[in-house]
Formats: sequence, C-alpha cells, structure tokens
Amino acid sequence: MTAIEKRLLVNKIVLGLSSLSALIGIGFLFWILYVLVANGIDAINWNIFVFEGAPPGYEESGLRQALIGQLLLVGVATVVGVPLGILAGTYLSEYGQKSKLAEIIRDISDIMMSAPSIVIGSFVYAIIVLPMGHFSGWAGVVALAIIMIPIILRTTDDMLQLVPSTLREAAFALGAPKYKVIMQVVYRGAKAGVLTGVLLGIARVSGETAPLLFTSFNDNFLNYDLNEPMASLTVTMFNYATSPYEEWQKMGWAAAFILSMFILSLNILGRLILLKKKGR
Amino acid sequence: MATVIDIPSEKAIEVNNFSFTYAGASSPNLKNISMPIAKNAVTALIGPSGCGKTTLLRSFNRMHDLYPGNRYDGKIVFEGRNIVESKEDLINLRIKIGMIFQKPTAFPMSIFDNIAYGMRLQGLKNKTELADRVEKALRDAAIWDEVKERLRHDANGLSGGQQQRLCIARAIAVEPDVLLFDEPTSALDPISTRGIEKLVMELRDRVTIIIVTHNMQQAARVSDYTGFMYLGELIELNKTDEMFVTPAEKLTQEYISGKFG
Amino acid sequence: MTLLIDKLFANATRFVAVAILLLVAWIFTVLFQHSTEAIAAFGFDFILQDKWAPNLEKFGGFAAIAGSVISTFLAMLFAVPVAIGVAIFLSEIAPAKLKSPVGVSIELLAAIPSVIYGMWGLFYFVPIIRDIFGGLGIGMLTAGIILAIMILPFMAAVTRDAMNTTPDILKESAYALGATKWDVIKDVVIPYAKAGIIGSLILALGRAVGETMAVTFVMGNVHKISLDITAPATSIPVTLANEFTEADTDLYFSSLFELALILMVMSFVIIALAKFYFLRRTRKVK
Repeated sequence: MTAIEKRLLVNKIVLGLSSLSALIGIGFLFWILYVLVANGIDAINWNIFVFEGAPPGYEESGLRQALIGQLLLVGVATVVGVPLGILAGTYLSEYGQKSKLAEIIRDISDIMMSAPSIVIGSFVYAIIVLPMGHFSGWAGVVALAIIMIPIILRTTDDMLQLVPSTLREAAFALGAPKYKVIMQVVYRGAKAGVLTGVLLGIARVSGETAPLLFTSFNDNFLNYDLNEPMASLTVTMFNYATSPYEEWQKMGWAAAFILSMFILSLNILGRLILLKKKGR
Repeated sequence: MATVIDIPSEKAIEVNNFSFTYAGASSPNLKNISMPIAKNAVTALIGPSGCGKTTLLRSFNRMHDLYPGNRYDGKIVFEGRNIVESKEDLINLRIKIGMIFQKPTAFPMSIFDNIAYGMRLQGLKNKTELADRVEKALRDAAIWDEVKERLRHDANGLSGGQQQRLCIARAIAVEPDVLLFDEPTSALDPISTRGIEKLVMELRDRVTIIIVTHNMQQAARVSDYTGFMYLGELIELNKTDEMFVTPAEKLTQEYISGKFG
Repeated sequence: MTLLIDKLFANATRFVAVAILLLVAWIFTVLFQHSTEAIAAFGFDFILQDKWAPNLEKFGGFAAIAGSVISTFLAMLFAVPVAIGVAIFLSEIAPAKLKSPVGVSIELLAAIPSVIYGMWGLFYFVPIIRDIFGGLGIGMLTAGIILAIMILPFMAAVTRDAMNTTPDILKESAYALGATKWDVIKDVVIPYAKAGIIGSLILALGRAVGETMAVTFVMGNVHKISLDITAPATSIPVTLANEFTEADTDLYFSSLFELALILMVMSFVIIALAKFYFLRRTRKVK
C-alpha cells in the first residue's frame, strides 16, 4: 500500500467514525426530544390549565398554580433583572469601554454566566430566606434575577458595541448630550440585538430549577403573594417526577413539555429577530 | 472572435472549450474558454474583478471541488487526460499542480514542518532526505538565509513577505510540474512584491507557472504570455510583449489603457 | 438641567455595573460566613473525611467532593469524543444542506433545561443501566452519562464555533498540497483552533461541575465512596439539592454552605481558566 492509499484509507475510517459519533450524539438528543414530545402530548389536557395541584387519585388536578407561579417568578425577575443588566451593559459599552474596570466587570460576568445556579440558590437562602424565616416568591425572584443579569449585561454590551461609532459621533456633532445619544441613537440601533438578549435571558432562567428549590420552594395551591412560598413548573416537575405516583409523573411530563416549548419558542423568536435584522 | 495565438513551444496544459458553473448560478461563470498553457513559461491572467481569472485558475487544481454543487464542462487536458472529469485522482493532481494563495497561509506549525508537510503527505519519512529537501526548497525560494537559524520556530512569527516565500517553498518542495499563483502579492508591500516576482522569474525554467494578477505592470514584468479575460470569457491570449504594445482586440486595448477595470 | 441628567445617567450605569462586582464579592462573603462554623468544627477534615452523619453532627464532604470530580470526569470521558466528532461533522463533513438544520437543532437542544435531561434519565436510562449492571440503576455511572448527554449540545456547539474560526484559505492551502479531509482536520483545523477547542471543552467542564438537576434524579445521594461506579453516590450539587431543606441544625447548614463555597470556588477557577487562559485570544481576534 502506498502512502497515499494509506492516507485515503485512514481518511475514510476517521471520517466514518466522526460521522458515526455525530449520529450517536444526535440520536440521543432526538431520543430525548421524542420522549419529551410523546409523553408531553399524551399528558396534556384541559384540566392541567384550570385545576391546582391535588393528591394523586383526584380527577380535578392540574398545574395552574405552577404555571401562574412560573410566570410570576420569571416575569418579576425579568422586570428586576433586565433594566439592571441593560444599565450595566450600557456602562461597559458607552462609558467604561476598554478601561480596566470595564474589563474586570466583563470577565466576572462571563464567569457568573456559567456559575452553578444552585450556589446562587444557597446565597439567596442565606440573605433572604433565613432573615425572613420562611421560603418566599421574592427569594426565587432574586435568585433568577441574579442569574439573568450577567446574560443581559454581556449581550447589551456586545450589541451596543456593534452600533457604528460614526453614528454616535454624528449625533454628538449635532450637540446632543451623551445620555440622549445613548437613548435615542445607540439603543435604537441596537434594539433587535438587545431584545434577543432579553429573550434568551428569559429562556435561560425559565428552565432553572436548582436555585428555586430552597428559595421560592413549592406550593400546591394557587398563590399570587410573592411573600409566600410559590410553585414553579420546574420545581413541581422535579417533585412530581420523583414521586412514586404515575398520575403525578404524567403531570411532570406535561410540565416538562409546556416549559420546553416555551423556552424553544423564545430561542427561535430571538434567532428570527436577529436574522431579520441581518437581512435588512 | 477571441484572439488566441498558438504557442510554438511545448504545451503543459490545454484548455479546450471549458466552461464552469458555480453552485446555484443560472448561467456559466466561465464560458467556452480555449487556450494553451506553455510549458516552463509564465502565463499571466489579467482582467477586471469578477472576470473569472481566479475561477479559471482554481479549476486547474480542482479547488472548486471543496464546495458542493460546482460544475465543470469541456476539457482541461494535462498529461494527456481531461482533468476535470470526475474520475480524476485529485490528490495526485494537486501534488503535480501546486498553488500559492492571495494571502500567506503558513500552517500553525514550525517553519520546517510547513515545508516538510507536502513531502510527509506523500509518505517521505527519511529524516536526512527530508532535511535536505527542506533546505533546497527554502534556498530555491530565497528564504534559507533568513530562516536557517530558526527552522523549529512557529512559522507565523515570520513577516508577510517571508511567509509568502515560505508558502512558495512549501509548494515547490514537492516538485510540482505546474504552480498556480492567485494574486500572490496582493497582501504584500512593494519590496516583498519585488522578491516574489523575482522568484517567479527564476522558477520558470523548471516549472510551468500560471499567475493571476490584478496588476498589469506585474503581468508585463513577469510573464511570457498573457491572457485577458472579461465577463467569464477569454478575450485574448498573446505574447506578453505584444499584448501590452499592440493588442489584437479592441477590448484589450481599452482595458490596458485604463478605460475600465 | 441637561447636564444634570447626563451626569445622573452616567453615574446610574456605573453604579449598577460596579454593584455587580460587589454582588459577586458578597456571594463569596456570605457563603464563607455561613461556612465558618463547619470550618471551625472540622477544619481540613471536612475535605478529607467522608463520614456524613447528620444524626451524629458529623460532617465530612469528601464523598460529595469526590463525587463531583468523578461524575464530571466520567461525563467528560463520554462527551468529549462525541462532541468533537459532532463538531468535526458539522464544520467539515456535513453537506451544506445538513449543516445548518443540524447545527441549529444542536444549539436549541443546548437550551432545553437540564431538569428535563434528568427526568429522561430517570425514566428511560436508569432501567437500561439496571438491566445491564443490575442493582438500582442509579449512581455515578448513570449520572456521568446523563451529564455527558446534557453538556453534549453546548460542548459540540462551542467546539464547532472554535473550529469554524479556521480560515478557508488555510484549509485550501493544505488541500492544494494533496491533503485529504482528515489531514486538513488534524494538521490545520485542530492545531489552528487548539486554544479555542480546549477552552470550549473546559468551559463545558465548568458547567458540568455545577450542574444539579441533570444528576440529582439519578445519583442516589449516598455519602459513600464506592469503587463500583454503578453504586449510588453523591456530589456537591446533589447533596445541596437534597438536603438544604432538610437541614435542622446550625452545623448541618454550615456544612452545606461550606460545600456550596467549595463548589463555587471550583467552578470559578475552572471557568476562569477556560476564559482567560484559552479563550482570551479568540475573543480579541473577533
């Protein structure tokens, strides 16, 4: 066998192996997706949206408390986290720029983006749950907001930096003060990108379970008061899935399906917004 | 309608009614090109941006095959066979027809390993022979004196001009019959450009060279024959001396006098 | 007036930005403060002892720490070759028609919450392990595999991104010398993107270390080091998830906080290593 023939053979073998591993990896992932969709569709019915949690065996049992709790927790966390993230991102891109302080903040938020979320949960437990004496929706909100802020901050920073500096200079040349340049020119130019960042941030915290386990905890009944423990889809899913009751496990799959569809839609929407912007 | 002179000396390649279509294009991007390439001489391809000169160049070593959906029609005859047929052995073809790119493309490895790369691909393992041939290639590319002390250093530490000569050394180390130059000096300063041009002229005794250039003076300085292309067609192939003094085609005349391009 | 608003706005942004630094410092401080009792009671034994007996007020974190390390190691062992295979497939092999749909679905799968991977593992993978190895089917091996599957999409996507930074012209040069696809991958793409690839893998490692929900279902939370990787075990996140709401004494709490602190430091160091040592260069280039 000549050297070239040998190389061609090795090439075939390695490329085959690589394609095979890709097939295995992708196969596993689609298996999970299939399980999720099949179980989810099987488990979803109208009751889930109208009834609250009930002991196993009850006909009238649903996920209403978890759905509403989830919306409240994620919604309030978004209201808290997004403005803070955008403000901090604005500082990095428009004021701090390449300064040492700005670079340190960038690095630290990069690390925080991958920090273990369960540790954030224990931190919030220490600063909110312990002093309050009980679990609460607010504690969950704070935990989610802490996870969200670095994501919003980094995308805002990146997206604002994409706005051409000539645009800023043109506005300054008309005599506009800096805050107006930022509000009216920079934000407008980066709108789509920042919005995508916000959507991805919401998607990311929507799937968080670990930081809620001992902050917002869980509740089997519908509750709008953030001072009280509050149900979420994720924690409910965890509790139901690990329970021995088949009805509860089924409910867990329903929760998993609803949550995944929500998160996937946000991700796809975010991509479409960016694509549309690029297309123009 | 095109003026294509015949070449008195031996031919390395003959392009015969050759067309090329990029993936997704509705009409051919190169149309019915016929031209001889003189052996051991320099043929320059000139023309305005988008005229297809680089597309034609990349057909000689079937670079277009790296991207799916491209189509060749007609013939490019090399060593008596049509090399754009799908059964062509691309690895051996590319060993015989080397290429130098627009930008220096030093691989992320040492200077020595860069030069040895092509020979190693062919299975050469003997250390002394490798070392000898690396030295010879570097000498031929007129860069030996600059790098002999640091053969084990990362090739990316060299200057742009040095890297481009390194790439030429890498290409000639495998002793190809044909070398394709795709605007080799477009990323270089004037002094480095001179060095590369000098090298092209030295190499022509042993290698057939086809060079695509944006720069008409460069074509006039280094080439024996020049082909002028426009909108995917070959308008004129002529002796370089004649092309730039008394072009046969009106379009060529307009281009070299700067009326468009 | 305009000047005042201008100043206020600038200071507001700076205040929030700096507050984020302070928040991180605060997290470390709070975790440390709440760990002091356990640190005072056990000292270094906390890291070295594996006896975890809440009823005896005896806490050694070794089993959880080792469990985190081992489960993550197993996950990397399974995930890295497959992720690199997927990345090579996506960046060099897949036909154009497949590249984008497969690539996007991998990225979307990276967005699926880890709790769902855990749930899938519990219901669909644990029985398989039980059939093959006997026993309960939950433990270190199962956790490692589920963790591997969970980080696979992220790992493959970032590794592919790193490989895609290799300029086409560099690859073409190798092909022009008669290289095969595999030659180009091993001699040009991987060496060129080396720092980015290693950084991406370590970043995924950092995520795996702190991952809770994918493994909590299938680990078993048993504070014991076993040579049998199919036996139930625990890790730091698993211990925290299972026991935080059960802890009834100050020392118990303090021990859990010390575990949280150790986990935070571990992941901080790993991620910082990936970001600053390996990925810095690629970021600057962009």
